This record gives sequence, C-alpha cells and structure tokens, in this order.
Amino acid sequence: MSSFPTLLYKELLRFWKVAFQTVAAPVMTALLYLLVFAYALDGRVRAFEHVTYAQFLVPGLVMMSVLQNAFANSASSLIQSKVTGNLVFMLLPPISYIEFFGAYVIASIVRALVVGAAVLAVALAFVDLQLAAPLWVLGFALLGAAILGALGLVAAIWADKFDQIAAFQNFVILPLTFLSGVFYSIRQLPEHWQAASHLNPFFYMIDGFRYGFFGVSDVPPLASLAVVGVCFVLLSAGCLALLRSGYKLRQ
Amino acid sequence: MTFAIEARNVEKRYGALRALAGVTLEVSEGEFFGLLGPNGAGKTTLISIIAGLARASSGEVRVLGADVVADYRRARRLLGVVPQELVFDPFFTVRETLRFQSGYFGLRRNDDWIDEVMRHLDLVGKADANMRTLSGGMKRRVLVAQALVHRPPVIVLDEPTAGVDVELRQGLWQFIRRLNRDGHTIVLTTHYLEEAELLCDRIAMLKAGRIVALDSTQNLLSAFSSSAVIARVAAHDGRRFTLELAGYADLEPQLARLREAGVEIVDLELDRPDLEEVFLRVMEKH
Repeated sequence: MSSFPTLLYKELLRFWKVAFQTVAAPVMTALLYLLVFAYALDGRVRAFEHVTYAQFLVPGLVMMSVLQNAFANSASSLIQSKVTGNLVFMLLPPISYIEFFGAYVIASIVRALVVGAAVLAVALAFVDLQLAAPLWVLGFALLGAAILGALGLVAAIWADKFDQIAAFQNFVILPLTFLSGVFYSIRQLPEHWQAASHLNPFFYMIDGFRYGFFGVSDVPPLASLAVVGVCFVLLSAGCLALLRSGYKLRQ
Repeated sequence: MTFAIEARNVEKRYGALRALAGVTLEVSEGEFFGLLGPNGAGKTTLISIIAGLARASSGEVRVLGADVVADYRRARRLLGVVPQELVFDPFFTVRETLRFQSGYFGLRRNDDWIDEVMRHLDLVGKADANMRTLSGGMKRRVLVAQALVHRPPVIVLDEPTAGVDVELRQGLWQFIRRLNRDGHTIVLTTHYLEEAELLCDRIAMLKAGRIVALDSTQNLLSAFSSSAVIARVAAHDGRRFTLELAGYADLEPQLARLREAGVEIVDLELDRPDLEEVFLRVMEKH
C-alpha cells in the first residue's frame, strides 16, 4: 500500500486545524484590498470595455490569494518540519520522492482553491460578476496553485530557517504577484514596463485566469496556458530532482 | 546467512571530516546489540545510514538482506527507529501521530495494534492529547510507539532513555526486553553503560568513526576488566592493612594464611568488573 493518501491527509489536516490563520485571514486580507482599491480607483481606471474596476479587480485578487496561499502551504509545512526535526517521521518510512511531491503540492492546491473560492464567494456579495469561460478559470487556478506549491517546496528545501522563507515570500513572491497585473491591466503601462511584465510568469497566470471571467485578456489565453504549463513542468522537474537527491533533507 | 543488520566498510565523510572510517559489523537476528562510544564517535551517523536518513560515502548496509539504498522500501519496512532528539509534530494528537506513522508504511487499518502499543507504553490516557501538551517522558514514549507501529523485526533505539525518569526507564526496558524475547532484533545506543551491560548480548564500541571493540558483553568484561577482592584486616598490634587480591581464585589460600597468622578480617569487599571500566580502558587504549 502507498504512503501517499496518509501524507496527503496529514497535510490537509495540518492547514485545516489552523483554518483561521490559513483560510480566514487571507480571505480577510483580499477583501480589504477589494474595498480599499475599488473605492479609491473605481471610475479612474478602466481596463476592459463594459468592465468596472471592481469587477476587473476581483479575479486578480482571487488569483493572488490562490498563488500566495499555495506557496505558503507547502513552504511553511516543510520548513516547520525541517526546523523542528519532525521531518524524520517522513524520512524513515518508504515514502517515494514522487509521493512526497504529490502530497505537498496537492495539499497546496486544495488550500489555494479553498481560499480562492472563499474570496470569490465573499466578493460576489459586493461585486456583480459572471463567468465567461469557467474551465479556463479552473485550469489556470489549478496550474497556478500547482506551480506555487512546487515553488514553496523548493524554497523550503533550500531554506535552513524561517527567516529565509519569509525573505523568499516578501522579496520574490509578493513583488511578482503585485507586479503581475492584479491591480491594473498591463496595457495601461508604458511600453518598456509592458515588456518587463511579459517576463513575469505570474502575469500569464493572472491574465489567463481573468480571461475566464471576461472573455478578454492582454495575451491570448492559449499562449498564457503554454507559458504556465512550461513553468509547471520545469519547476516540477527541478523540485523532483531535489527531492530525489535528498538535497538538504537527507545528509 | 542473513543478518538483521550488516554493514560493510561504511565510510561517511563531511568534507575533510571522516565521521565513519570503514565500519564493518553484523548483528544477528534476535540479538540485543549495543553500540557504545563517546559523543562524536559516529554512533548516530551509523544509525542514520542504516535508517536511510544519511547516505554513506562508501560501503554498503543491509537490513535483513535488503540494501538500504537499492532496496530502500523493503529495508525501511523492516526497520523501526527511535530517534535521539525529542521531536514531535505540534499540530496533532498522540493517536493522529501514530495513525499517520502507520499510514506512511501503508498500514491504514492498524488501530488494534496502535491501541496495544499505546497500552504497553501507558499512553492510552493521552491518546487524544495534543503532542504539545505532553511531558518529555511521554513524548519519548510516543517516539518509541511511532517506531513500532509497523511491527518492524529490527528496532534501533538511539539513546532512548536520555533524560527519562527511573520509572519510565524501567517500564521501557521491560517492554523492549519483551519485544526481544518475541524475536525482534534490538540495536541500542546509550550513555548509561549499566543498561547496556544488563541488556546487550554483544557490544560494539566506536571511537572516532572506527570500531575499537566488538564482542559479547561477557567476553569484553573478562578481557578488559578483572575481578578483585579487597580485604581489610587488623593485625595483633592493632595496625590495619588493606589487601587487594587478584581474583576469586586467590581468596581461599590468602584467607588460610591470614587465619594461620591470627590476623582478623575486618571487612571484605568484592570489586566486580563492569562495563564502565571496560569502556574506559578500551577508549584509553585506542
């Protein structure tokens, strides 16, 4: 019998036991962004025809919550196990590196989707929004969460202390999400910043996700899907290679 | 012959440091085996390699014939390890912790055995308590229970009684001895040498990554330590002397001579050999 279902269940129960911190708090943060930005910028910024700024903002905030929580889940779980030493309980049994990767990434996806769905559900109480293409929404949410879940694993494998994970979160994840078009359309930016935005993989995740709501996007959704898909494959391959080698996990 | 644990020329290097410098040993099935050595001798490194927590720089290790690298799934199923550090996951209760550990080994309907292990380790009353709330001794019991949830035939205990009170220590040894009687192979590291002397059939002593002594406990005691009899006697004029006899064989002739001379024996003390003396002599010698 495989170790995978137990490890996945353990990871799911871990975040669910502290749901105030892992689910309720990020929903609250996203709502505060929505209230403040929608109030401050409504009428001043118009990204797409027939789409208000508040409507434009909601998918971006949902996806930002998905990405940040996917990263936080795998990164915090693994670094806690490393620092406190209880990782030994997962290293002693015959858990393969693929099972390990699968359990951590899927748990990240589940938390990310729970938070994203909650943000969306609460936002819908304030903003009228339709889904133009639900499968694109689901596809980009799944892939985006999987990428950030894998990135969280990589960061936690590399890090030796909580401080390094916080630095990764604040100096890599946060700038990349904020500068990915959550709060604006990159069409509103000067050309060189538009070009710079195209180097940010988070931009494609947000843009493709938003396409599912409005049926319009800055970049064709298939192109975004291709970029996001390649990112997932490369990052997963890197993460699996690290896990297989035992880098910083087994001496 | 298949050994419970077989290590062949195991080396472990951390840069310039050689934590293990070619360790070869065999532990037979059903043995109670002691691994002793001062801090930094390489005991935990060797255990980590056996358990797959560390990889040997060279050499090979097998658990009941399963190579710990090439056939790691089988090797790990055959092995239960009680780690030295008092580690735990603060999110979960004792029962959840044990169920997870069992599930990691692919055993998902294992509550009967988990209950039995908890009963033996006196953990039933704490089954639903969060790990954070347990005392150090209780956490140590949970570590032992975690190592046993998959009923491994070979059990490695890395200083399981460090910082544990006398009552728990006695209870723990009673339980481990029972497991040994039931056919489990036990490998133990400890700094309490009287425990090792009492429990272990054979002992290996490590120093600076090398095995410096490996024999049955009895042979080590005979080879490196001598029995002595110390007699305190009083002469006619009241002067007192202490005589140290080489061994029990010397006792009767010496007593006869003392009686002939009319010397009164005030006190007799038997100085039995112990493992601590053996350990110190072996460490001095190497």
